[in-house]
Amino acid sequence: MARAVSTQHKTIATAAAWIVALLVFFPILYTIITSFKSEQEAIQGFNLFPSGTTESYTAVEAQSGYFKFFLNSVFLSVGSTILALLVAIPAAWSMAFSPGKWTKDILMWMLSTKMMPAVAVLFPIYLIFRDTGLLDSRIGLMIMLMLINLPIVVWMLYTYFREIPGEILEAARMDGASLWNEIVYVLTPMAVPGIASTMLLNIILAWNEAFWTIRLTTTEAAPLTAFISSFSSPQGLFWAKLSAASTLAIAPILIMGWFSQKQLVRGLTFGAVK
Amino acid sequence: MATQQTRSLARFMMAPSVVLLFVWMIVPLAFTLWFSFQQYNPLNPIRDGFVGFSNYALFYSNPAFLQSILNTLILVVSVLLITVIGGILLALLLDQPIWGQGIVRILVISPFFVMPPVAALVWKNMIMHPQYGVFADIARFFGGQPIDWFGQYPMLAIIIIVAWQWLPFATLILLTSLQSLDGEQKEAAEMDGAGFISRFIYLTLPHMSRAITVVILIQTIFLLSVYAEILVTTNGGPGYASTNLPFLVYQKALLEFKIGQASAGGILAVILANIVAFFAMRAVGKNLDK
Repeated sequence: MARAVSTQHKTIATAAAWIVALLVFFPILYTIITSFKSEQEAIQGFNLFPSGTTESYTAVEAQSGYFKFFLNSVFLSVGSTILALLVAIPAAWSMAFSPGKWTKDILMWMLSTKMMPAVAVLFPIYLIFRDTGLLDSRIGLMIMLMLINLPIVVWMLYTYFREIPGEILEAARMDGASLWNEIVYVLTPMAVPGIASTMLLNIILAWNEAFWTIRLTTTEAAPLTAFISSFSSPQGLFWAKLSAASTLAIAPILIMGWFSQKQLVRGLTFGAVK
Repeated sequence: MATQQTRSLARFMMAPSVVLLFVWMIVPLAFTLWFSFQQYNPLNPIRDGFVGFSNYALFYSNPAFLQSILNTLILVVSVLLITVIGGILLALLLDQPIWGQGIVRILVISPFFVMPPVAALVWKNMIMHPQYGVFADIARFFGGQPIDWFGQYPMLAIIIIVAWQWLPFATLILLTSLQSLDGEQKEAAEMDGAGFISRFIYLTLPHMSRAITVVILIQTIFLLSVYAEILVTTNGGPGYASTNLPFLVYQKALLEFKIGQASAGGILAVILANIVAFFAMRAVGKNLDK
């Protein structure tokens, strides 16, 4: 920077940025605050200072068995991501390192499957799931989430793998490394950061998927998206409980999201913005 | 040089992804197409059978259909306008040297990680509730009358919620693009006496144009299929006032069991998405040519 930034300029910019950021974050903040209020406090008008009670959290767990939904969310998002990685890593590897005539078209076509509106195939999928007994099963939903996110996983891995310099692979080959050695000792260590980022972003996407997870489950396989949707019709005084449930539903993924915001750009723009 | 062996290996490694995605795409879509020409009602199977294009005629002549298309477009266009303009302004602000930039970024990006049903419920009950919401508190504080958002302005309420969810995404991408702008170029423009406005119009905006295109296209894909936000707030109402195309198809299929009509609507949703996808692919595809 050739020019010193005036302190005044920085102060104004800082104040403006913080005000906007707090406004954007406010609904989340207020939900967290309200979750530590009692139901009586929650409806007594605007108040940023809760009494700090955790009774809503206890009530949410006692009432609806929050923990089971939470476990389902963990299982579905992590499971579907691992499945997707298993299928996608070889594909992305081959597309990045031995691209053929059709590689680009295949990538584009994969991306296009992501654009098919879920609602258009809702009923056929529903029938297939019903007739194969997959309705409300964790395995069925896991496969579903894997398929939905597979294009993003392939693309993200591809954009990472493509940046691994081909010369290194050639050098390894010259030194007589077999294909297997090439993958295990040369490629994998360089690919791990990319794979980790892809994994992180996909767990987030799977965790927040709110169409199939709501429509294809009832009780057994229902994750947090379904759990929270059951709050859509108010039951008496439920503001503090709703806040507690919401906080629990978003906390793990919010924290993960903070760590993966850079990958978000890469993953969701399919590498088009860096 | 790839040898014959590595090339066939490459094809073998690609196969699982390709086959899975192909089946996932073609099988349900074929079913939907088939159902769209059938009378099919699981509750009343007596009259099931081939009906030609009458499902399409029925679905498209339904007054809710036009309303839903209109709502879909209003939702997509309004959210795009809010998030792109808001995103540019926010990105410009966050690009300034500020104290606590890391925390500010984290606060701004957070709504994107909130699952849609939670976002919708929080806005519905904590913020926009006509009695206990923060907006109502503010209105009463200024001596005004609280607004019944979901009863009086259902579309506006949903637009606000969805825009809140997507503003972080637009901001993050536009900020990323902004930060890749060459500092020397900026300084050169400054030295030449270009003011903030002209620097923005002639240097910054053209530089961001690609990122803006990407934001518009990616968001459009997701905005065309907004569902959970409507389900937990207005349930499409009052009447059909906040029903979009995906929600109408869902209602026909799983609430009214008019599978034929729902499928005809689904096919239309696919066509709509394909038009958008066509442009999206071209924008993303350009990146591959580099």
